[in-house]
Amino acid sequence: MATAVEVRDLKAWFGKTEALHGINMSVEARHATAVIGPSGCGKSTFIRCLNRMHETNPEAKADGKVEVGGTDIYKMPAVDVRRKVGMVFQKPNPFPTMTIYDNVAAGLKLNGTRKRRTLDEVVERSLQQAALWDEVKDVLKKKSGASLSGGQQQRLCIARALAVSPDVMLMDEPASALDPISTAKIEDLIFELKQKLTIVIVTHNMQQASRVAEFTGFFLMGNLIEFDKTEKIFTNPSDKRTEDYITGRFG
Amino acid sequence: MTRIRFHRELDELKHRILAMAGMAEQAVDLAVQAYSQRDPVLCQRVIAGEAGVNRAEREVDEFAVDLLAMQQPMAIDLRFILAVIKINADLERVGDQAVNIVQRVMNTIELPPSTLPVDIPAMATRVRAMVRDALRSFIDGDPELAKHVLEADDEIDRMNHEAFAALSRYMQSQPDGAVQALDALSIARNLERVADHATNIAEDVIFWIRGADVRHGAGQRSAGI
Repeated sequence: MATAVEVRDLKAWFGKTEALHGINMSVEARHATAVIGPSGCGKSTFIRCLNRMHETNPEAKADGKVEVGGTDIYKMPAVDVRRKVGMVFQKPNPFPTMTIYDNVAAGLKLNGTRKRRTLDEVVERSLQQAALWDEVKDVLKKKSGASLSGGQQQRLCIARALAVSPDVMLMDEPASALDPISTAKIEDLIFELKQKLTIVIVTHNMQQASRVAEFTGFFLMGNLIEFDKTEKIFTNPSDKRTEDYITGRFG
Repeated sequence: MTRIRFHRELDELKHRILAMAGMAEQAVDLAVQAYSQRDPVLCQRVIAGEAGVNRAEREVDEFAVDLLAMQQPMAIDLRFILAVIKINADLERVGDQAVNIVQRVMNTIELPPSTLPVDIPAMATRVRAMVRDALRSFIDGDPELAKHVLEADDEIDRMNHEAFAALSRYMQSQPDGAVQALDALSIARNLERVADHATNIAEDVIFWIRGADVRHGAGQRSAGI
């Protein structure tokens, strides 16, 4: 198996507070890796370090090495990093005044793609990959992103991220605001997407982690306590702290 | 501590299966007594008690499945519920074996007593000790005691083989006592099966506590067995 993201001794701070205390993790390519842990454990900070979103906070800084496809992302322009490593957030955030089509095409246009045919092809492909095409193909340029349901908006955001062909997709609680049907669609989508790219998903929902991810890391107080195959973590974890968390004995 | 209600329900599940275990264990004890005392009343008590064991099996299964569906347990809690479901089935079969024994006893007490070359009470004492230890290992979550149960099963297998050989010879030399010998052979076989169920329970305890599947001799090293 190939490694898509190699994290070595990653530390992160907010001001003087160290939020991550030296994380090491090898994320397998074309698999889904779940990151779980109680609130404030550093899991969202961790994935935001994987595409340098963390440093968009002026108080924040990170140290250590994060390699994506063998390239150290802290030695690349941040804009290039975010092209390689897409991100989807807890709350769907489509551009509200843009049409569905323009939402998906936005990243490509920012990168300088203007050719209509190319844009059409990428928009269609991305919406199909995000399992949204059939629902919106007739209203692509008529309806705004904000007119869609919550679940559709989240898939629109996934399509927008897919449009720039990332190698890695980061998902920060992508289904926590969605109903069970929309959640199931997102989970099915993750299953499809990981055939082609690498997914790292933060979730509070441990059943979701066990359903979608082959690997799971348990974070606690800024440390990666345990990282293993998902079935091992959820049936027979090695660390007592992992077991106490997933069985609800603390957290 | 969070999920307080769930953990109380796990305790309730444990209480329910232990109540069922008490019924199954008592059925074996009564069946062995019935054999030793040639007592038809005890035989009837075992037969009458079977319905209670069967009812308890269904109730424990239903409760365990509800917990799986409603609470989505993980790790040691998941392993505990899976172990309970399997132990439940083993206990129900222990109850069945007790009924099989008393059916043979009822047959035997219709016949004249005979001196058979097999010590059923001695075998029963060891089997009951295995059942007791298997249940104790479950109550205490003690994989070391469970390991002793696994080891004890070899001795029961040996006793069963010896009983088979001795009773086969007896039937050839004493054809008039063949029916009594066949009943005793069947009872020895039933006791050996009770021991197998005790072994299964012990394996489930090791799975619950250590997360290792040691069935059929596999995974014993990883379980520290």
